[in-house]
Amino acid sequence: MKKAVVRIYMGLIFLFLYAPIITLIAFSFNKSKSRGQWGGFTLDWYAELFKDRLITEALYYTILIAVLATLISTIVGTISAIGIHYMRGFSKNLVLNINNLPVLNPDIVTGVALMTLFISAGMKLGFVTMLIAHVLFCIPYVILAVLPKLRQLNRHIAEAAMDLGATPGYALRKVILPEIRPGIVSGALMAFTLSIDDFVISFFTAGNEVSNLSILIYSMAKRGVKPSINALSTLMFVTVVILLLIINKKSEKGEELLL
Amino acid sequence: MKRMKLLAYPYSVWMAIFIVVPLFLVLLYSFTEGNIHNLTELRFSTKGYERVLEPLYLKVIMNSFVLAAISTLCCLVLGYPVAMIVSKANPKVRGMLVMFLIVPMWMNFLLRTYAWMSILSPNGFLNRVLELVGLPRLEIMPGKTAVLLGMIYNFLPFMILPIYTVLSKIDKSVIEAANDLGANKIKTFMRVILPLSIPGVVSGITMVFLPAVSTFVISGLLGGGKTPLIGDLIEQQFMWEGNWHFGSSLSIILMVMILISMAIMSRLDRNGQQEDKNPVKM
Amino acid sequence: MKKILASVIVAAILISMAFSLSGCGEEQVVLNVFNWGEYIDESLLDEFEKQTGIKINYKTYDTNETMLAKLEAGGSSYDVVFPSDYAVSEMIRKDMLLPLDFENIPNYKYVDERLKNLEYDPENKYSVPYFWGTIGILYNKNMVDDPVDTWDILWNPKYAGQILMKKDVRDAMGASLKRLGYSMNSTNDEELKQAQQALLEQKKIVTGYYGDEIKDMIANGDAAMGLTYSGDFMDLYWDESADFSHIGFGIPKEGTNLWFDCMVIPKSCKHKKEAEMFINFMLDPEISYQNSIAVGYTSPNVEALNRIRQEMPEVFELPAFWPDDSILENSDVYVDLGDYKSVYNQLWTEVLVD
Repeated sequence: MKKAVVRIYMGLIFLFLYAPIITLIAFSFNKSKSRGQWGGFTLDWYAELFKDRLITEALYYTILIAVLATLISTIVGTISAIGIHYMRGFSKNLVLNINNLPVLNPDIVTGVALMTLFISAGMKLGFVTMLIAHVLFCIPYVILAVLPKLRQLNRHIAEAAMDLGATPGYALRKVILPEIRPGIVSGALMAFTLSIDDFVISFFTAGNEVSNLSILIYSMAKRGVKPSINALSTLMFVTVVILLLIINKKSEKGEELLL
Repeated sequence: MKRMKLLAYPYSVWMAIFIVVPLFLVLLYSFTEGNIHNLTELRFSTKGYERVLEPLYLKVIMNSFVLAAISTLCCLVLGYPVAMIVSKANPKVRGMLVMFLIVPMWMNFLLRTYAWMSILSPNGFLNRVLELVGLPRLEIMPGKTAVLLGMIYNFLPFMILPIYTVLSKIDKSVIEAANDLGANKIKTFMRVILPLSIPGVVSGITMVFLPAVSTFVISGLLGGGKTPLIGDLIEQQFMWEGNWHFGSSLSIILMVMILISMAIMSRLDRNGQQEDKNPVKM
Repeated sequence: MKKILASVIVAAILISMAFSLSGCGEEQVVLNVFNWGEYIDESLLDEFEKQTGIKINYKTYDTNETMLAKLEAGGSSYDVVFPSDYAVSEMIRKDMLLPLDFENIPNYKYVDERLKNLEYDPENKYSVPYFWGTIGILYNKNMVDDPVDTWDILWNPKYAGQILMKKDVRDAMGASLKRLGYSMNSTNDEELKQAQQALLEQKKIVTGYYGDEIKDMIANGDAAMGLTYSGDFMDLYWDESADFSHIGFGIPKEGTNLWFDCMVIPKSCKHKKEAEMFINFMLDPEISYQNSIAVGYTSPNVEALNRIRQEMPEVFELPAFWPDDSILENSDVYVDLGDYKSVYNQLWTEVLVD
């Protein structure tokens, strides 16, 4: 009985999460460019995808930036979260509140403010500025994901390790990090999610050389988003699912779980 | 152990450059008028703030706070059980479940929102299905219900993940001990599990509520723009009207109000902080 | 798991290096072109590169204002941009454009004489039209039984809850002003107040305020009618996969807005000659024809239009593609409002927020 309730509940949650994804995939097979009509089944949008020079370029930068931003923000965010955890009083509050600013500010404000900053500092807008911007809005989420795990951490473990002669660095690597790993991984997941999906901040910090999928998709809005974008999303989705299943197979054979 | 806090210093410098300095720029725009791209042409002005304080705009800010609060609460109520179920699942499928909770968010946000429009619109999939089975149509889009649904959809994973990470490592022996001492399931949850998961809940609320207050696009597309939220209004100023001054005033006011509400929340969070009060000296 | 993660990272770095290496080595002129998304036949970019050996770096934007914000801020250079009419005049006022050297743009002679020297660029020194059209009412013939030839229909309580309004200050205020018999560029406070009052009145029967989504919502039957660009109708018209014969487009007899998207060269341009070559290329009758067919909007190029008229005379029966001369006479082209821009914006924001 209880199991059934749990199953139904999770089923509904997943239905809720995947209903738009299924819709989006369905549109990738729609002959009509309009979302308002079903024009018959086609694979043309998939074929067109590979001819489109803008899409391939944008896809490349989207993934590159997302991977780099995730990596950097996860490392920096984790280290900083540990530091913040050991801070006290006013300075801790101040740092935490400033850390929250990119989360609470509307993207557009962060975007134009950063753009102005980069330009007045004489930086050329491009890949680097866009990466900095992405790292900027990802770190706060990593910190917010790691902090609860640190608070859960038994303080005495690290102390005990050091009493037994471990250097702080060793205690950090061998004692603290393994304990907070789920927080780090979920922080990284959120960072990747935010980076891959960002439009506004990217648009203003990207300059004329780089572009990402979100910029491309939003700028298509005036004429209607091409279904080849849906085709691309479908392919990305399928790739991710296949990758996950492969990883799952591997971890079943006894490899450690990250989460 | 004290030296550990040095680890936060590089990030503090980074924040000073990339968060605090831009913040001062926004503050500058909010108190001036004139050509934004030429500092010498800026003149001091409080026009932006005078306009924000008109009842019209205060109402928009209030609406945004209420909607963000409701969606945060919904995310918590819906997400906590999910986090609990996942944390109790077989370790072999746990990671998979978490991944499948977040993967939908890797699809483009605009496409997902368009998909919701196709589902919820007056003549959308949902209504066609309802009609087919002879049920009355749902008139939720454009409207607040649809906006709320869109917000919950986009923020739910950000509530589930931090709660899940703390729940997954709660010491099983603690729960067993509670059970042994005669606590029933509800009592164990209220007295043991819930308090231990508070840090995760606080992070989840922060990551849902803060961006939810300033959200845009969702309210425009699913709400039909009839009751705009503060995020829409700010976006409108920057992206469509080119009025950076008023946009900046709006966002400064928003920031102040959020920080105040956060301060109130951190009071409530004191319990979770208790252990921090007697730091161990090393 | 760790191994997989590591290999993904290594792969990403390797790919990125491969990409960055391929760009090095050649001293080639790169033309930075900044256009609306999906607003060109992309194969023409390859064609231009093949013909001239100039490489094109093509980037897209979503609104005139975001484009303006980026250009004004500086930090990156663009050689050819595609602003709309009022944005052209704003850019002229703000001294953001370079005058064109028409010696390098001989194909300018193909541009319809009626579309030269318009209010947004009175001496036609800075801009060349790219596409043009009108705004009007897109409607579902099955849901509307009155003739769609007046702005009043958007205020008709009979269609309460069936009307979509454009979430754009100029288009919404413009429609309201025109309905009251005023100019779409009015700078008369009394007229503007009346137009705002009318929009507030209309809000009671409006389903929602949308941008580019109106087209799909009307096609889906979510509402009976909505204020759109002529191009939105053309998009549905050219779509052969589905039946859109129940969708119509009406231009109000009171007059409407004539819009122009133009090609200009901003001051940050580094390769003016090549930029003019590109503009000239786009005005070539053959290229213009191909682009107009691909995008589906009305070209300003007389030769290209003649060819379309021969091949598809029925298109010229559509008011969305070829509006009556009488409509053109009553219509206004948006110009930059200068300081009045903020008045419009404030009035419109009040309508939305109310």
